[in-house]
Amino acid sequence: MSDTPAPVTGIEVPINLQYEFTAGKALTRFLTRIREGRIVGQRCPGCNNVYVPPRGMCAACGIPTEEEVEVVDEGIVESFTVVHIPIPGNPIKPPFVAANILLDGTDMACLHRVSEVDNARVHVGMRVKARWKPREEWDYTFENIAWFRPVEGS
Amino acid sequence: MREAAVIGYTQSMQRRYAGAANESELIMPVVREVMQSVGVTQKDIDFTCSGSCDYLQGAAFAFVEGLNAVATAPPIRESHVEMDAAWALYEALLKIWSGEADLCLIYGFSKSSPGELRSVLTLQLDPYYHVPLWPDAVSLAALQARAMLDAGSLTERDMAEVVMRSRRAALLNPKAQLAAETSIEALLAEPRFVSPLRRHDCAPITDGASALLVASADTARRLCARPAWIRGIDHRMETGTLGARDLTRSPSTRYAAARAGVAGRPVDTAELHAPFSHQEIILRRELGLSDSVAVNPSGGALAGNVMMAAGLDRIGHVATRIMRGEADCGVAHATSGPCLQQNLVAVLEA
Amino acid sequence: MAETNPELLTKSFELGYTYTRSTGPVIGHFLTELREGRIVGTRTSDGRVLVPAAEYDPVSAEALTEFVSVAEEGVVTTWSWVAEPISHHLLQKPFAFALVRLDGADVPMLHMVDAGEEGAMRTGMRVRVRWAAERRGSITDIACFEPA
Repeated sequence: MSDTPAPVTGIEVPINLQYEFTAGKALTRFLTRIREGRIVGQRCPGCNNVYVPPRGMCAACGIPTEEEVEVVDEGIVESFTVVHIPIPGNPIKPPFVAANILLDGTDMACLHRVSEVDNARVHVGMRVKARWKPREEWDYTFENIAWFRPVEGS
Repeated sequence: MREAAVIGYTQSMQRRYAGAANESELIMPVVREVMQSVGVTQKDIDFTCSGSCDYLQGAAFAFVEGLNAVATAPPIRESHVEMDAAWALYEALLKIWSGEADLCLIYGFSKSSPGELRSVLTLQLDPYYHVPLWPDAVSLAALQARAMLDAGSLTERDMAEVVMRSRRAALLNPKAQLAAETSIEALLAEPRFVSPLRRHDCAPITDGASALLVASADTARRLCARPAWIRGIDHRMETGTLGARDLTRSPSTRYAAARAGVAGRPVDTAELHAPFSHQEIILRRELGLSDSVAVNPSGGALAGNVMMAAGLDRIGHVATRIMRGEADCGVAHATSGPCLQQNLVAVLEA
Repeated sequence: MAETNPELLTKSFELGYTYTRSTGPVIGHFLTELREGRIVGTRTSDGRVLVPAAEYDPVSAEALTEFVSVAEEGVVTTWSWVAEPISHHLLQKPFAFALVRLDGADVPMLHMVDAGEEGAMRTGMRVRVRWAAERRGSITDIACFEPA
């Protein structure tokens, strides 16, 4: 028997590239406010929709959005899913609820977690309120809100 | 085949670093400006097509974010090329020629500032024999320049002359990133970068966006006093095996020029997409442009090179000159890939 | 996140692609031979030898199946001098990228030349392979070329 190694059938070509991400003007404003514990979106001058987080433009109307609108940290679950499998790089242990949450006064849902409730009791239309992390942990991130929790009596 | 014409073009300021503005925020102003220039809105657009490269942004499907900058309600007919937006224009022309569209919006955009551009461009090479060696875009262009110097088909003075002319022309282009009055002697006194290239032989790193409107004949005449008619356009590609190419020539440009009908036209302006100085000289020869033709009055890519838009910019600048009555017949060229691997040539007329 | 300018929020990240690519029979054979310290090309129907082994003739697009051994030495047909390597470059000292036409081949291949200084480089110079200390079936089994 020969101990000739097997012929080459594949190669590893690792590609690693460094980037310096820039948040964008609108998202920067949003992140600067959320660092202060405020949720500030933008209103479209065309259709009057309020977007959180804002993108500096209305994707429906194709026009810039500049008017800032502060909104409350409370809204309803528009849709949700229970995540049962671990997601690589995500420290949250499954099962957990990822939900589209429509904050009061806004017209586009934002994605966040729902917790402090039995996953089986989460439902579309459920009223939820932000559970903020301790103020000393606030940074330029939507994760200043740890998750959303049910509003009592809802 | 139905006739088609460029009826509007807008380019953002060419900047080394666009700062906080993200890609969508760069696109939005140029898209709005070009539509306002002819008095239309997104609802009048039959087809929207963009050119960009996700690797520049470092995120898969990043081009979808760009759509935030155009109105998508009601839903629009849209497409995207992972190439320079000059090829997005070609796709739009297919829609016009086939009668499927009368007015098309094209935009190209990128921020090259967040990433390592020289290495990002390595990823367009052969993944087996080339990429593992990490040949960067500048080093490959330098191989081409050396081959030309060795063949005696140009001199370093010729290259410096291209740069000097670009810098000077850019003084009249308010959007240009690099503009200056300089001399061949001063340029040749600069140190080498990747030899034989000096830094000024290489296009700068640029953030920005551009937008262009192209229309069928009736629509063009209705919206524009002097449309820039596209008389011919073709694009051709060469092998990805670098060693199998004669780097001192560009047969794909020559072939595309023949198919686009450059020969015999009274060309009075030209914009050639040459990200490296020596490439302008190759292109000029392959296109058969006479010495009297002013090449790159905008300053060309050496004065500002938004990846995935700089080719469209060449078409836009030629079209703008025709629309303004400053030129009657122009040649525009766009390139893609290492050492002029792929080339698009268009002929525009008043 | 950087807080130097409240109007400019940036964050560094690394994008990694860790793909394994299938080589197919032609490139696979070339790399298998390279691992053994041999360089092969493919011969076209009009007799040209392409190195590294090409799967298809870039001119006629015919599939190529005939392998030909070529030398470890050849000639530089063009080169660029990288005085300041960037982070991805494999040689972290001044070096040349070059097209090298190996003896027995008709087209040059892209690789690097470690010549120490730019003054030691010239078009037409003869170079020979410097093998990598450990060969694993990659174009980088040729560490680089050096003046012959």
